[in-house]
Amino acid sequence: MTDAPLLDVENLWVKFRTRTGVFDAVRGISFTLGKERLGIVGESGSGKSMTGRAVLRLIRPPGLIEADRLAVHGEDILSLPDKRMRQLRGGRVSMIMQDPKFSLNPVMTVGQQLIEALCAHEKVSRSEARKRTLDMLDEVAIRDPKRVYDLYPHEVSGGMGQRIMIAMMLLPNPEILIADEPTSALDVSVQLQVLDIIDTLVRDRGMGLMFISHDLNLVAKFCDRIVIMYAGRIVETCKASELRNAQHPYTQGLLNAVPDLEHPRDHLEVLKRDPAWRDAPSVSARI
Amino acid sequence: MSTSQGLRAWLLSEEPTSRQQARYASWYKGWLTLRSNTLAMLGLFVLAFLILGAIFAPLLATHDPFAQDLGQRLLAPGENGHFFGTDSLGRDIYSRLLYGARISLYIVLLVVMVAPVVGLIVGTVSGYAGGWIDVLLMRITDIFLAFPRLILALAFVAALGAGIENAVLAISLTAWPPYARIARAETLTIRNSDYIHAIKLQGAGPFRIVTRHIWPLCISSLVIRVTLDMAGIILTAAGLGFLGLGAQPPSPEWGAMISEGRKYILDYWWVATIPGIAIFAISLAFNLIGDGLRDVLDPKEDNA
Amino acid sequence: MNAITVKALNVWFGTGAQKSYAVRDVNFNVADGESFGLVGESGSGKSTILRAMAGLVPTWSGEMSVAGETLGPRRSKAFYSKVQMVFQDPYASLHPRQTVDRVLSEAMNLHDVPNINQRIASLLDDVGLGPGFRFRYPHQLSGGQRQRVAIARALACNPSILLLDEPTSALDVSVQAEILNLLVDLRREHKLTYIMVSHDLGVVSHLCERIGVMKNGSFEEVLSVEAMRRFDTKSAYTQHLLESSINSIR
Repeated sequence: MTDAPLLDVENLWVKFRTRTGVFDAVRGISFTLGKERLGIVGESGSGKSMTGRAVLRLIRPPGLIEADRLAVHGEDILSLPDKRMRQLRGGRVSMIMQDPKFSLNPVMTVGQQLIEALCAHEKVSRSEARKRTLDMLDEVAIRDPKRVYDLYPHEVSGGMGQRIMIAMMLLPNPEILIADEPTSALDVSVQLQVLDIIDTLVRDRGMGLMFISHDLNLVAKFCDRIVIMYAGRIVETCKASELRNAQHPYTQGLLNAVPDLEHPRDHLEVLKRDPAWRDAPSVSARI
Repeated sequence: MSTSQGLRAWLLSEEPTSRQQARYASWYKGWLTLRSNTLAMLGLFVLAFLILGAIFAPLLATHDPFAQDLGQRLLAPGENGHFFGTDSLGRDIYSRLLYGARISLYIVLLVVMVAPVVGLIVGTVSGYAGGWIDVLLMRITDIFLAFPRLILALAFVAALGAGIENAVLAISLTAWPPYARIARAETLTIRNSDYIHAIKLQGAGPFRIVTRHIWPLCISSLVIRVTLDMAGIILTAAGLGFLGLGAQPPSPEWGAMISEGRKYILDYWWVATIPGIAIFAISLAFNLIGDGLRDVLDPKEDNA
Repeated sequence: MNAITVKALNVWFGTGAQKSYAVRDVNFNVADGESFGLVGESGSGKSTILRAMAGLVPTWSGEMSVAGETLGPRRSKAFYSKVQMVFQDPYASLHPRQTVDRVLSEAMNLHDVPNINQRIASLLDDVGLGPGFRFRYPHQLSGGQRQRVAIARALACNPSILLLDEPTSALDVSVQAEILNLLVDLRREHKLTYIMVSHDLGVVSHLCERIGVMKNGSFEEVLSVEAMRRFDTKSAYTQHLLESSINSIR
C-alpha cells in the first residue's frame, strides 16, 4: 500500500504586508499529515492558526501564502481555481473553529444549517439529507437529535453547539479535519467529552486530524504526533508519547510553566525566551 | 537634517520618557496616518487654501466687495480684470467670495463650538445615568430630531429675527440631537467595560468618570461626525441665506450670493454657479478630512 | 480575624418573571492573609460573588462584611482603598487612551496618595515593569504587561484585599506562570488577602489554601488544597472536576 500523505506541506510562508514592512506570520515550515492525529502547539502569535488557515487558503489580502508545495492528496492547493477550492473546503477538508457562538448562523435552525452544509457538497434528496443529518447528530452524542434539529443556535449550550459544529463539518465525509482550538471556549468537563467525540469519529473514519491548540498537555494526551511552533517556525517535533523527553528549552519551558494540581511548587518556572530560537531554522515535520 | 531625524526618532520612540513625549508621539503617529491618506490631505489642502483666503482677504481681493458699479454689472469671468465676473450690482464676485469665506467659516466655527458640546453633555449624561434621566433627555432629543432641520431653523430665525448670529443659534439648536445620540450610544458601550468598572472601584464619582474617562472616548467619534456634518451646516447656513433669513444683504454670504444670482441663472450662469462651487469645495474638503480622521481617531487598537 | 465574611448571599438579575438567581445562599469566611479560591464552570456564579462584593452588582441580599466594614447598597471611599479587583481580560480593563502613568496617577489622585511620582516608579518596579513602560499606551503593551499594569493599578492605594477574577485565563501558559509568580510574591510582601476566581483547578491550587467549589450558584463544598490533592472529597461533582483537570503529563 502506498502511504501517500493526505496533506503535504513544504516550506510554507504566510506573509502580511503592513505599513512598516512585511510581517512573516509563518516562516518556512514543512510537515505532512497522514491518517493520524497531528497536534500543532504554540503560544499566541506563534503562527499555528495561520498554518491551519493557510491549508484551506483562508488568508485574506493583505496576507499571502507562499509554499514550495502545499498539496491535499497530491492536488496542489495554491494553483487551484477558486471554484474547485470551495469544493475542497468543507468537502475533503473541514475546519472546526474555536467558538461555536460565532460559527453558527443565529437565524437558521440547527437542522437547516446541517442540511445546507451537506447539500453544498453532494446532491442528495431532502429526506436522505435529513436522515443523514439526524444520524450524524446521533453520532456526536446528542441525545435527542429530533429535538435539537429544530432548535436555534442560541437555544443550545456551548458544548452542544461545538458538537453540532463537529457534526456539520463531518457530514460531507472529509478526509482531513482541521480543529483550531475546538475546546478552549468550553468548560473542562465538556472539553473531554467533545475531544472523545472527535477522537472516535476520526479513528472510525480514518481521517487525518490537524489539532491546533495552546495546551501542550491536552495535545499530548490526545494526539499521535506533535509539532511545536514558535515565532512562525517549528522548533521541535516528536511523538506524543515522547513529549516528556522533549529537548528544546521552549518545549520544556511550556511544560514546566503549567501549575500542576498534583505536584505543587512554590514558584512556577518562567520561560526565558532566547532570541536565537527565532532565527534557528525550522525543523521539518515530514514523514 | 540630523536634528529633524533626532526629533522623528524621539517622537516614534517605543519608550517615551515623559508625559509630553507620549502625547506628542501619539499626535505625530496620528498625523502620519492622516498623511498617508491622499484624499484627506487633498481636503486639508483645500480647507487650508480657503482659510488662508479668508484671513488674507483684504490683501487678495482685487476690488471692494461692497462697491457697486452698475456700469460693470453682470460681466463674464475674466472680463475687465474681474476673475469670476461681476454680479447684478456690478460687484466683483472673486472679492465677495473671499470675504464670504470669512462668514461661512465663522458660522461653522460658532456652530461647532455649540452643537457638539451640548450633544456630548446631554448624550453622556443620559447614557451614563440611565433610568428616568435617560428617558427624559432622549425624548427631548427625539422631539428636536423629528423636525426637519431647515424648517426648525426657519422657525427659530423667524422668532429671533434674521441675522448671522441668530442663524448660527438656530442651526446649533437643530444640530445637537444627532451628537447626543452618538454620544449616548458610545457611552452605553463604554460604561459596562472593565476599565470603567476599574475606575469605579477606585472610588471615582459619576462626574469624574463621565468627564475624564468617557468624554475622551466619545470625542473622537463626535469630531469625525462634526467634520462630516460641516458640509451640512454650511449648506443650512447657505439655505437660510438663500431664503433671506441668514446673512442680510449686502453681506457677501455664499448662500445669499446664490440667492441673488438665481434670477439671472439662465443668462448669466456664473453669478450663482461660482459661490455654488465654493460651497461644494468646502463641503467636500470637510467630508474628506472627516473620512481621514476616522482612521486616525478610531480607538480600535492596531496590534498589527 | 476574618477579612471577609459572607452570610446567606443571594444575587439575582432581572425583575418579576425575568428574575433569575445567579448566586443562592452562599456562606464563607476568609481569614486575614488567607487566599481563598472559587472554582466552577461557566455560569456557576463564581464571578458574580466577586462583583457583588465589589459593588458592581447592586441586586443582592444577605450579609457581607469586608475588611471590618459591613456592606450596604453603597460602598464608602475607604472601602475602595482597602479592596481592589483585577479583571479577567487585560485587553478590556485598561482605558485605551490613557498611558500607564495616567492610569496609575488617576488611581492615586482619588485616594490622595502623597509623592505620586515616586510611588508610580516603585509600583512599576513591584510588578516587574521597568520605568520604560511608564508612558506607554495599552496598545504598546503585550497581554502579560497589561495585566501587570492592572495589578499595579489595584495595588496603587495599598489595599489589603485583592479580588482576582480569572486574572490569567486570557494569557498564554508561560505568561500565566509569570503573573501567578508575581501574585504569590506580592501577597508575601504586602500581606494581602486574595479571593481568586478561576475555572482552572491547577491555577487555583497554586495560589489558594482553601477552595470553594461552585455549581449552579451555590457551594458544592469548601475544602482545603491538601484535601483536594488527596482527592478527599465528598461531592461527586468535585470528584468529576478533579478528574477532568488532571492532565499534566509530567
